[in-house]
Amino acid sequence: MSTVALDGVRKQFGDVAVVRDFSLDVADGEIVALLGPSGSGKTTLLRLIAGFEQVDGGRIVLGGDDVTSRPPVARRCGMVFQHYALFPHLDVAGNVGYGLSGERLDRAAMATRIAEVLELVDLSGYERRPVTALSGGQQQRVALARALAPRPRVLLLDEPLSNLDPTLRERTRRELRELVRRIGITTILVTHEQEEAFDIADRIALLHQGRLEQVGTPEELYSMPATQFVAGFIGRSVTLPGEVIRRVGDSLEVAAAGITWRATGAAEAGQAVRLAIRPEALRADPSGTIAGAVVRRRFAGASWFLTVRLDDGAEVEVAATSASPAVGDRITLALAGPGAHAFAHDAPP
Amino acid sequence: MRRVLQLFLLLVLAWIVVEPLAIVGVESVRRDGAWTLDAVRAFAVEPNEWRAAWNSTWLAALSVITGTMIGVPLALVTRLAGFPGRRVVSALLALPAVLPPLVGVVAFLFLYGESGVFSRGIMALTGSEVAPWRFEGGGAVLLIHATTMYVYPYLLVRAALATFDTSLIEAATALGAGRVRTMRTIVLPLLRPAIGNGALLIALTSLASFSAPYVFGGGFRVLPTQLITTRLNGDVSVAMVETLVLVALALFCLGAATRLGGPGVRGAGKGLAPAPAASRKGWRRSLTAVGVAAITVWLLLPHLALLGVSFVAPGAWTRTALPTAWTGGNYVALIAEPERWRPFGTSLWMAGLAAAAAAVLALLVAVAARDPRHRLSRGLEVALGLPWAVPGTVYAIALATMFSVTQPAAGRFILIGTLWLLPLAYLVRALPIIGRAVVAAIRALDPAYDEAAAALGAGRWRTFRTITLPLLMPALAGATALGFVTGLGDFMTSVILYTYDTRPVSLEILGAIRQGELGIAAAYGVVITLLSTAAFVLAERSRGAA
Repeated sequence: MSTVALDGVRKQFGDVAVVRDFSLDVADGEIVALLGPSGSGKTTLLRLIAGFEQVDGGRIVLGGDDVTSRPPVARRCGMVFQHYALFPHLDVAGNVGYGLSGERLDRAAMATRIAEVLELVDLSGYERRPVTALSGGQQQRVALARALAPRPRVLLLDEPLSNLDPTLRERTRRELRELVRRIGITTILVTHEQEEAFDIADRIALLHQGRLEQVGTPEELYSMPATQFVAGFIGRSVTLPGEVIRRVGDSLEVAAAGITWRATGAAEAGQAVRLAIRPEALRADPSGTIAGAVVRRRFAGASWFLTVRLDDGAEVEVAATSASPAVGDRITLALAGPGAHAFAHDAPP
Repeated sequence: MRRVLQLFLLLVLAWIVVEPLAIVGVESVRRDGAWTLDAVRAFAVEPNEWRAAWNSTWLAALSVITGTMIGVPLALVTRLAGFPGRRVVSALLALPAVLPPLVGVVAFLFLYGESGVFSRGIMALTGSEVAPWRFEGGGAVLLIHATTMYVYPYLLVRAALATFDTSLIEAATALGAGRVRTMRTIVLPLLRPAIGNGALLIALTSLASFSAPYVFGGGFRVLPTQLITTRLNGDVSVAMVETLVLVALALFCLGAATRLGGPGVRGAGKGLAPAPAASRKGWRRSLTAVGVAAITVWLLLPHLALLGVSFVAPGAWTRTALPTAWTGGNYVALIAEPERWRPFGTSLWMAGLAAAAAAVLALLVAVAARDPRHRLSRGLEVALGLPWAVPGTVYAIALATMFSVTQPAAGRFILIGTLWLLPLAYLVRALPIIGRAVVAAIRALDPAYDEAAAALGAGRWRTFRTITLPLLMPALAGATALGFVTGLGDFMTSVILYTYDTRPVSLEILGAIRQGELGIAAAYGVVITLLSTAAFVLAERSRGAA
């Protein structure tokens, strides 16, 4: 059963369509990341689910209830804000207990529940601390505890890690993932960082200009991008113009830069396409038949990325595992594995 | 270099700001060159003195309560509720912030006074020859205070809401809190510093309030009016004691507010301001609009009356409810008749000179006190702010006392009776207004600008002239304009310090009313109101730009 169902949701700010005909089902206990560049409508979508914005069309169903026209109070969403929005004049317990007042708990039951959630986020004993005295990571966990305390139907996270410094971010990300999985709560997370989405989410919904480009597991998005935008946004790739030679089973043979590529995609023989080529589609090979010159080298830890200008002028990227060759050297390449994706109708990103 | 400037400025401020007050303190316990507590005793045994002190106290307390109860809800409604005409109403409600107190009082006179619009209307309706009420005493003064001083909490709460983090409200809503609970547990507690500061401003303004009790007090005496009477009676030392009691009350409020306000809650000051949420129900929106408009009209009605009266032809408003003839001649008279123009010109040059000098001084202090951690910086700041906390009447008497003898070693010269004492008083009054704004502005400047200029080879002077000064200009201009209109409309220091040659426009207004020239008095009031409004708009603009 799906916990969150968005059905044809639309939202307009003035003349600008921020969310266009967006549909998505999130299963019970699933973690979905709304991923996209800034301005793609992902935060608006989250605020529509929480009820802070009203949809201009479509339906929002939470746990079987149509909440489209209900105010935020009645939606039972747990929300973690980008800057946490902790109430600065209340202490940790005051913040975490804030959402419990509707349940008419007595003092002791309230304190128990607060202690329970604080333990969950590993902040036991922090009840009486002022929230302004906490570190960024601790504030984030208090925000999480506050959202979880009233046992919401769905947890909404708005860029939950963007406020942390990079060293803290990775650890917090891991903790967040483990916590959310342990509780088993349905979670929707907004982020513009691919790595964050890959690491935390079961499925990723990639947005572009208010539209859903593709939804799927990280692997699906990477190895079978539905649009040229997805291929460009997820992972590295270069794009070359090409032409479909013929269809072979599930894949296409595409001619581009004088090379015949094996690519995913849907197009007819003879059709002009844009071909997105990932670095792993090629490898440096002394016996290879594709010749070119190294024009740039970028060090990336375990390997190097070489930009190679082929003899017909097109530039491709390839990974190399040793420091040679240097910029200016001649090099030969060979086709390696999958990693080329053809798109018929997409405009360049 | 900076140290020299700081010490020099401390000396200047000590001379014109601190020393006059210190002299008042000393004079209260001295008579004929000997130390004595006679004056203190004279104060302590006189029931009238205690009554004035008590009146000042309860008037301040009730002004705080009523003003806050008007100002805070208006700020919340005009910021958080969407209704037609919101912007216009919000701006109009801020107007009394800059109106000189005397002009406001005169406006009340024309509306509620014995021969005001309301009173005459009732007389005309009932055919009575006697005014239905005397608009006089503590109640009348309180009404004026409440309907003019609400602007302090109004403006401060509005400003606080402008930087209020909306996500706090959303977070409360997401956690199940309704409107009332969100208001009670989140919004109001976070607005406490703004409300507290607004209340403090009302308390200080009410304690210092002179025009309203002077014109409408009747037998109702408060400390500032009592002070004048005592002084006119020649009881200089008792007047000094009264001055000290008034200062003590003001400082007590300041202390209480600092304690109650607590450390300002941080964290609420970032994020996007809440957009006004229009109620989904149309009737509710209309009701809000009508309600707020009605309150606005009620609050501004005296000023409308002032505007109306300024067009009344001489002698056309004696026995009827409404005037029988209208004219623009009152305004013409202000410019065309030399004896009418003279007080106006006098006020203009005195206020202008005072504001310009205060601006230069404030700018120097800002440069010297830029680093807030420096000890001398703090001293400069305190000296700069002192005239803000101390009632104007007190400063007038203090300056008059200080500059009534020649003691060059103590920096005392005879200025009383000359052209220069009143401009000096205006300068001291304008100093905190301009100084606080400029100090805040210079501290908000990114020091990287200066560093960048220095790295590009600019010396200190060139950096100041080409970088710092242009960036400060909006704040300086706006604050100077405010300082200027404060002098222009001043009554409470003027009434003590003016001479024949420096008779300012505020005294001319009262004079015109005494001679029954209501139209002329109102025209003066309208012109000052317009100039003040222009200065206020300029100051607000510059604050927005910075």
